[in-house]
Amino acid sequence: MPRGRLSAIGVTSALVIALAGCSSSSGSPAGTGPAAGKTLVVGVTSDPDTFFPWKATQFTAVNVLQNLYGTLTEFDKDLNVVPGLAESWKTSDDGRKLTLKLRQGVTFGDGSAFDSEDVKWSLDQIMAPATAAVARASLSSVKSVTAPDPSTVVLELTGPDAALPANLATVNLAMLSTGATEAELSTRPNGTGPFTLRSRTASQSITLARNDRWWGADKPKVSAIEFRVIPDESSIVAAMQSGNVQLTVLNDPLVARTAQAAGVGLTRTPQLNYHVLQLNARRGELADVNVRLAIQCAIDRKQVLDTAALGEGEVVGPITSPAFKSDPARRPCPARDLAKAAEYLGKAGKSGGVTLKTIVSQGEYATSVNEAQNLKAQLAEAKINLELEVLESGAYVDRWNAADFDAAVALNGGRPDPDGSYGRYFTSGGNFNRVAGYSSPELDKLFADGKATTDQAARKAIYDQVSAHLEDNAVWIWLFSGYTYTATTAGVRGFVPMANGSLQYLRTTSAG
Amino acid sequence: MRGFVRNRVVRRVASTVGTLFGVAVLVFVMLRAIPGDQITAGLGTEAAGLTPAQLQALERYYGLDQPLVTQFFTWLGNLFTGNLGYSARNQQSVLELTLHSLPVTVELAVLSIVLALLIGVPLGTLAASRAGSPRDAAGQIVSLAGLSIPSFLLATTLLSVLSASFGFNPNGRAFATPAEDPLLNLQQMILPALVLGFGIAAPILRTTRAAVLEVRSEDFVRTARAKGVPERRLQVRHVLGNALVPIVTMTGLQFGYLLGGAVVVEQIFSVPGIGRQVLLGIQQKEYAVVQSTVLVIALAFVLVNLLTDALYRIVDPRVRAS
Repeated sequence: MPRGRLSAIGVTSALVIALAGCSSSSGSPAGTGPAAGKTLVVGVTSDPDTFFPWKATQFTAVNVLQNLYGTLTEFDKDLNVVPGLAESWKTSDDGRKLTLKLRQGVTFGDGSAFDSEDVKWSLDQIMAPATAAVARASLSSVKSVTAPDPSTVVLELTGPDAALPANLATVNLAMLSTGATEAELSTRPNGTGPFTLRSRTASQSITLARNDRWWGADKPKVSAIEFRVIPDESSIVAAMQSGNVQLTVLNDPLVARTAQAAGVGLTRTPQLNYHVLQLNARRGELADVNVRLAIQCAIDRKQVLDTAALGEGEVVGPITSPAFKSDPARRPCPARDLAKAAEYLGKAGKSGGVTLKTIVSQGEYATSVNEAQNLKAQLAEAKINLELEVLESGAYVDRWNAADFDAAVALNGGRPDPDGSYGRYFTSGGNFNRVAGYSSPELDKLFADGKATTDQAARKAIYDQVSAHLEDNAVWIWLFSGYTYTATTAGVRGFVPMANGSLQYLRTTSAG
Repeated sequence: MRGFVRNRVVRRVASTVGTLFGVAVLVFVMLRAIPGDQITAGLGTEAAGLTPAQLQALERYYGLDQPLVTQFFTWLGNLFTGNLGYSARNQQSVLELTLHSLPVTVELAVLSIVLALLIGVPLGTLAASRAGSPRDAAGQIVSLAGLSIPSFLLATTLLSVLSASFGFNPNGRAFATPAEDPLLNLQQMILPALVLGFGIAAPILRTTRAAVLEVRSEDFVRTARAKGVPERRLQVRHVLGNALVPIVTMTGLQFGYLLGGAVVVEQIFSVPGIGRQVLLGIQQKEYAVVQSTVLVIALAFVLVNLLTDALYRIVDPRVRAS
């Protein structure tokens, strides 16, 4: 046989063998090694950008760290505040003192005991500017922290703060062992969570092992969780189809639909995050409330949702948290009304129309540019010209942070407590007020009342007024909230998706 | 003669160093010109809520409080001691990261080039053997497909179809190096190599076709045929042998590009190569990671060019003689 033909056959055979090898091994269960069958593989699109809980804001980082670290309070599946490392807490009658009773017998991953000194040290460190903790503002009402005995912590407050227990539930306020440093924890996380770090391969995977000393009554069902980094959501779905990944959270509605069509189990969960057209009421023509109201009346929010996000979501008002949810029908123009928009523009003396420099991020989230284009088209019919500046995400963040825009198409994070969501934006002293572009004495008072009131029904009434004020003044144009999509393969049980996107219920999940 | 060679070597080394310095300056300046920094890349819009004291603390932590000139020369100086910088996100030095990612990319590049040559050279020769015939048209169609089908489309389709229809997706498993599991590694590399190889086969096929057509019209081919050299030997030894220089040039160029990392294909197939390392570095604005990795890629490109030049001397005696 000629040599050329022989080598061609050789190469072809090698390829066939390799491919055959692939198909024979690809059906094996995701977990391998000693923990086979009990390792849950979670597909994520990125590696955590930090292992330090006080600085974590990225989705994967927050969700990995939530399984490694404990917080004083926690949220249940309905986002009610429930005990965490603090098994109870009590506010003094004047609201200026919060006393927390800590859970006994809790240990860190390294075996050392957790007590009130760790809480005091952690809170003091978070409040210190040099730490650059991202949730420092959540503790703005805390004057001092004392630890009278190992199981008691007392927070002296500058004034009543009903939102504080909810704020304490974020992993950005996780409790660390006294003296722990960022450098140490970046390689050896040491928390009180249901899992501990077993291994990490940069940009590829992170494996957590069950923490058998965890304080919860029900220990985690799986012996390990592997967060496997697969950068592309479509590739994660492919990995689920071949049985290599068992659970993931998808953001792109298009990929979610593909996954569903491919037979992957899918659960839609409304998000607290909301899509919004932010207006900068301190700039130019937007300083006139009538111009802002004209914008509000000229937009059909359902159309934005349908065209930009395939209808996957719901039209919302300012507050998205279930316990305080705003009614989107209670706004000056619940449905699009171009005549009213023209009337408002006329009142503002701008019947000829207005032009707004609008920033849009490309790549930050899937629907941004489509939303902007639809808004532009709708508003053009009301003589409102959105001059779109589509920016790379870094440039967008720079402009947004500097409040250098008339309007911004944005996807903002919501929180379970409305004070956490909006206090920082719309109170005159809030650390995001410059970007929010609006404050008023009425809102300052309402937010202060909301913090000072502990009764849930009374708080709901206050935040309804906040919501009404924001809508009546068309401070921003709230559009819609999307879904997150939890995709699971057959055999995965017990996972509870949460509206805040948390993966804390991985501890109750079994891999089948 | 020795002086001439020494001069050529010195000139080559000097131009290499100059190229690398230019790349270093360019990448350093470009990174700083891009809006945002490591703080805003990590915190996003949350950075707007930082107090000046917090911002200052973070700038100190990331070394952003230093003047740009100091940052540049500190980085450059460190390079000479083998310190390529540190990735806070990965908690690893850039050298460690590169030592993991570069072999992955080299392996993928070699496999892709081998596949591209296996597709491109025979099809190019076949197409040229009868210009304008159906076999030539078939070659042109393959070449057009290779050039016009975007790699992300081919990659996603291949992955989706094989996963859904055959449950076959080695890239859904944790990545294995050749030392850990050679078979799984080969499985994980074969699909991305196929996608990349198909894309690269197109220019190789076109170059081969053009070069073969040109050589076939040379007098020595006619003479060899007249002397009774068997057709297969004529095609391989005389025609293809003499057409190799442009093929080697094109292959070297493509190989150099591949060493820069095939970002899209690496992303889709979860291959932890050097392209992904640069992409993540850019996304997180990890200056040291991007600067040093780009420099490594530039060095690899220069080395491949040198190697290509050396190959000319092997495949073409005329170059040796000159």
